[in-house]
Amino acid sequence: MERLEVLKTYKIYIGGKFPRTESARYYSPKNAKGQALGNICLSSRKDVRNAVVAARKAVGGWSERAAFNRSQILYRIAEMLEGRRAQFIDELIFQGATKAAAEKEVNLAIDRLIYYAGWCDKYVQVLSSVNPVSSAHFNFSTYEATGVVGVIAGQKTSLIDLVSIVAPVIAGGNSCVVIANENLPLCSVTFSEVLNSSDVPGGVVNILTGKQAEMIPALTTHMDVNAIAYCGNDSATLATIQENAVGNLKRVRAYDKNWMDAKSQDLYLISDFQEVKTTWHPIENIGGATSSY
Amino acid sequence: MNKKGGLEIPDFNQSPKIDKVGVEERVARFQKRSIKKESKMQGLRMALNMIDLTTLEGKDTPGKVKQMCYKAMHLHDVHPGLPTVAAVCVYPSMVKTAANEVKGSGVKVASVSTAFPSGQAPLEVKLIDTKFAVDSGADEIDMVISRGKFLSGDYNFVFDEIAAIKEACGKARLKVILETGELVTLDNVRRASDIAMYAGADFIKTSTGKIQPAATMQVTYTMLEAIRDFHLKTGKMIGMKPAGGISNSKLALHNLVMVKETLGNDWLTNEWFRFGASSLANDVLMQIMKTETGIYQSKDYFSID
Repeated sequence: MERLEVLKTYKIYIGGKFPRTESARYYSPKNAKGQALGNICLSSRKDVRNAVVAARKAVGGWSERAAFNRSQILYRIAEMLEGRRAQFIDELIFQGATKAAAEKEVNLAIDRLIYYAGWCDKYVQVLSSVNPVSSAHFNFSTYEATGVVGVIAGQKTSLIDLVSIVAPVIAGGNSCVVIANENLPLCSVTFSEVLNSSDVPGGVVNILTGKQAEMIPALTTHMDVNAIAYCGNDSATLATIQENAVGNLKRVRAYDKNWMDAKSQDLYLISDFQEVKTTWHPIENIGGATSSY
Repeated sequence: MNKKGGLEIPDFNQSPKIDKVGVEERVARFQKRSIKKESKMQGLRMALNMIDLTTLEGKDTPGKVKQMCYKAMHLHDVHPGLPTVAAVCVYPSMVKTAANEVKGSGVKVASVSTAFPSGQAPLEVKLIDTKFAVDSGADEIDMVISRGKFLSGDYNFVFDEIAAIKEACGKARLKVILETGELVTLDNVRRASDIAMYAGADFIKTSTGKIQPAATMQVTYTMLEAIRDFHLKTGKMIGMKPAGGISNSKLALHNLVMVKETLGNDWLTNEWFRFGASSLANDVLMQIMKTETGIYQSKDYFSID
């Protein structure tokens, strides 16, 4: 008997759940051959609002988790991605990549997650410092998560562009609201299913599909978003983001990188979304001894 | 039938039975109203002006109460022209402090009494509790009914107790807390509402805020219907105060819709309708700022209390 094909419904990812967009709209991006990639949620500003609420709720618990546990969870994401590599490769090819490029991209995404999993319980030690001061104080600076980060993912390809920025943001204990690749959204949505099955608490990563131009204003003006990571090179968009960020002095970081380059990963992508906390701890200096701690 | 103050006291065993499914369907409809733009703004401002800003904790201090009173009068000074809340609601020991703080501002002082929240104390103690609050300057008294007596069917006891407290209140308005979360059924909620109103309540109030579930819309709707029937029968207006669990603007607006469609516009003032809440005020303020500026707000920029 001939069976009916079951087409996948691509939904957005908010607070660990897969709702449809609040606006009930969709769009159908096409690949180079003109085939529709699927019916994709056309998220609205209200989805952005809901995602920020979920991200804010999640950030406290996530940033307070033991660093080693965050590391385990990032490693788990890589493991789950490994298990579904065939699906990701198929989707990348359907979106227009060659087989070799697709395989390379999935491999790189897995490796990149493992790279940042390794950093989770090390970046604080490496970045922090004990500072020389000319008073009787033990003075040290340490790093803490910025909070809720709005991520505008790169538009070149859908998996590595997303993973390369989300991984360092969450490795540093932040939660994020991601605006996915507009024209090639499939892997972004499937990646949220990977996140959902990898012990990442709901709300730590929220992924929205739809028109960037529609969501960027709501995300970048939002008073409860602490930082924006913009992956792209459109100077007008960047200017708008910077202007919008002024309302609550959001930290804005822009990246125009080729994420497919194996070297497009480093510690400073983590520290970009960290706040430095410096502590002055008074110490007793006994009998003119020089070293006091 | 008995008579009290010109009112014929009905047999409370005959209080109408409530159709739970019907109530749920009716309530679901209130939640489908779309309230936007100007009407939303008006609703939000109205909701703000109906809030009884509340702190009822063992760890309350005069400092905490003063801070809350300041908040009651200065909700969000960044945005001029906002109304104040209706009242602050505190324990009797804090009434004097609160009354001093809000003097001349139009904000009223409400005090819980009668061994709040359990109500498990002898009547003499409850009367002293109430008189103490009134003498300290409370404009309104929020009493709890004896739920144990009510559930064991001793309606006369509950009735007499409310009547006695009403007398002790003097000029202060009396809100009677039914603690619906402990009354189990909507039938009981209706019966307790009837008892409270006939015994002299000026307001009936859902909950103490200490028990879950608190002010669900089903319960509030049942009580609003009781108020409507009482008004039709006696011509007397009784106020309504849902308390506990109303923490966001949307729910507050749904409640206002329900009041309007059940009781009418006359009840849409803080003389006849109140929200007992502590976190609602900030959510309404955030909604007002969002509506004015078009920018989603963060609680980091609003005072805690």
